[in-house]
Amino acid sequence: MLTALTILVDGLVYSSWLFIVAVGLTLIFGVMKVLNVAHGGFYSIGAYAAAWSIGLYFQAGFAPLGAYALLILSAIVSGAIVGFVLERGLLRFVYGRDEVLVVLVTYAVFLILENLVLQIWGVDAYLAYQPDSGLGVTKLDGLAFSNYELALIPTAGLIGFGLWWGLNRTRAGKVLRAVIHDREMALAFGIDVQRLFTVTFVIGAILGAFGGAVTAPMISVTPGIGVEVIVLAFAVVVISGLGSVPGTMVGALIVGLCRAAAVHLLPQVELFVIYAVMSVVLIVRPQGLFGTSQPRRI
Amino acid sequence: MFARKTGMGALHRAAATILAASVLALGAAEAHAESVKIGLVTFLSGPAAAPFGVPAQHAADLMIDAINKGELPAPFHTKGVGGAAIDSFWVDEAGPVTKVVQDFRDMVERRDVNAVVGYVSSGSCLGIAPVAEELKKLTVFFDCGTPRIFEAAKLHYVFRTSATATMDSVGAARYLMTEFPKMKSFGGINQNYAWGQDSWHDFEAAMKDLKPSLAITTVQFPKLFAGQYSAEISALLASHSDVIHSSFFDGDLESFILQAEPRGLFQESHVVFTTGETVMFRFGSKLPDGTILGGRGPYGVLAHPSALNTWFRKSFIEKFGTPPTYPAYQMANALLGVKFAYDKAAKAHPNPSQEQVIEALTHAKYEGMGTEIDMANGDGHQAITDTAYGEYKYDTKTGQPTLTHIVYYPAACVNPPANMNSTDWLKAGMPGAKCK
Repeated sequence: MLTALTILVDGLVYSSWLFIVAVGLTLIFGVMKVLNVAHGGFYSIGAYAAAWSIGLYFQAGFAPLGAYALLILSAIVSGAIVGFVLERGLLRFVYGRDEVLVVLVTYAVFLILENLVLQIWGVDAYLAYQPDSGLGVTKLDGLAFSNYELALIPTAGLIGFGLWWGLNRTRAGKVLRAVIHDREMALAFGIDVQRLFTVTFVIGAILGAFGGAVTAPMISVTPGIGVEVIVLAFAVVVISGLGSVPGTMVGALIVGLCRAAAVHLLPQVELFVIYAVMSVVLIVRPQGLFGTSQPRRI
Repeated sequence: MFARKTGMGALHRAAATILAASVLALGAAEAHAESVKIGLVTFLSGPAAAPFGVPAQHAADLMIDAINKGELPAPFHTKGVGGAAIDSFWVDEAGPVTKVVQDFRDMVERRDVNAVVGYVSSGSCLGIAPVAEELKKLTVFFDCGTPRIFEAAKLHYVFRTSATATMDSVGAARYLMTEFPKMKSFGGINQNYAWGQDSWHDFEAAMKDLKPSLAITTVQFPKLFAGQYSAEISALLASHSDVIHSSFFDGDLESFILQAEPRGLFQESHVVFTTGETVMFRFGSKLPDGTILGGRGPYGVLAHPSALNTWFRKSFIEKFGTPPTYPAYQMANALLGVKFAYDKAAKAHPNPSQEQVIEALTHAKYEGMGTEIDMANGDGHQAITDTAYGEYKYDTKTGQPTLTHIVYYPAACVNPPANMNSTDWLKAGMPGAKCK
């Protein structure tokens, strides 16, 4: 019983974290058909911005509650600035080009962002543990779980619901879905696709930065954290089907639960279980779990 | 008449030329080389920079300046190495091993270094060693810990002036046996690559040698730089191990502590971090009292007192505002090894060749920062040192981190003998270990 419950809780925590980290990548690809390798850079910048601002916040002696709002604020500000500058300044010139070219451009951007992080924050590690340790622990069947990590579960749920509601229950969402379905037809109907792209990219960047910001209190924020995350995020969105937000949630859930099971039952395979799941899904369903086969347009 | 004048003039010119050449040759034979060019390699970017690369870089800059000015305490008080100044430059170790190897080739083939000193990552060392042999270039590893370097091949141009992970693991096992003789089980969490795998392998073997009845509970090998250990911590908590071993370093070590401490892992089990000395001063009260820390040798607060150590700590703190951690000590000892070898070779040959320097360093024994460096293993190319472990305690009155219950283990107690590799030594039950 302990092991099953522990696997479930650990799996949900990890899945939630994965979903938060990967959903921005999915959104950008779903709308803009851009495989954004720079997503790891957004995560990195969000983590550093959060860790740095939380450090200053607590040095100034402010009340702990405000740190959680600061996490969100630092993600929004850093993600919005970086996302807007990148989209308007660079990416809009490569839309519609060969996919390999777009990947190379976003990879170059990722390297630039990694260096930017080093220039701004240096090589030192940043600690911002107060929001995590401040929430204490909850004992489930005798095992203590961090409340901060448990809070990732409803957070992921909220983001997922928010995206679903925005895409399906608002006018802007309907317009976005029209663009996803057929960009050229949407253009023909007078939709400002370019503006939509900018807004979508900025939201995706904010979500990437938010992933970093919520992670910062759990880790030592060091150079290179974006590299690890981009590989995981890609694995999740490939499993789910590129561009599917519900699919990302399911994909993250599958990966999280499989990984937690491996850690508890067979730790030797933990390292590659994510990629094993990805391989099996791609063999059985190459377009991903929720992806759709795309007709070739002539 | 012209012919006679020409003949006499040519003779004079020839004599003058021969005389001048003789004087120059004599002068050249007596003069020292102006400088010894050394390529220094460590992590200057990436996650390993802050805990390893930066302290090592600081130590190297401090040491090279002092060596060139002759400001080190005796017996290293002479200027330069073999009388020649060190001319150094830095190369970043960050990146895949293919890039690290390419940089090494560049240093040797294009920049024409006399020696290369560096390397933190065991992966880097494993990649560089055969290339150093191929290019026939004196290379001194200062930090990487995998025992495989000199156990997998016989090397002529490669040296390592720090002890291997075997020493860390055996030292940890002996410490745990002394401090917690009633323990019944142990588990581990180590990074899934050469260093982590080797560390656990040696620790497991040493523990079983010392107390065969011990049960192994759970063994976790997360990816290097994974950062997220929630599930692993749950597994460790659920295992109810008496002892948890980890060779985690850098951001992984810090992240693990941040995630495990609130969940009570340090109260559930005795946790030993073989490289934990690097986080002592960063974590302060956040690191739980009772955590067992090692420093990959008697370095940092574990260093044996000496004039060298006193100078090193004082100068380092004055210049950089923080005490030197073990990577700084290891880099300092590597450079002391280079100086020792050049000075020794230069006594017999004013401009020692690489072979003469290599001969001088092989089987050398010299005073290092914090301990004696004995190049006893790997056919005289692999150092052994003593080591120490202690229990962490944060002094709330002074606000200073300290270690208590410190125990030192002689080199011959925690390192395999020269004629055995670490795996065989551990399998055989550590024969010949001298612990008194």
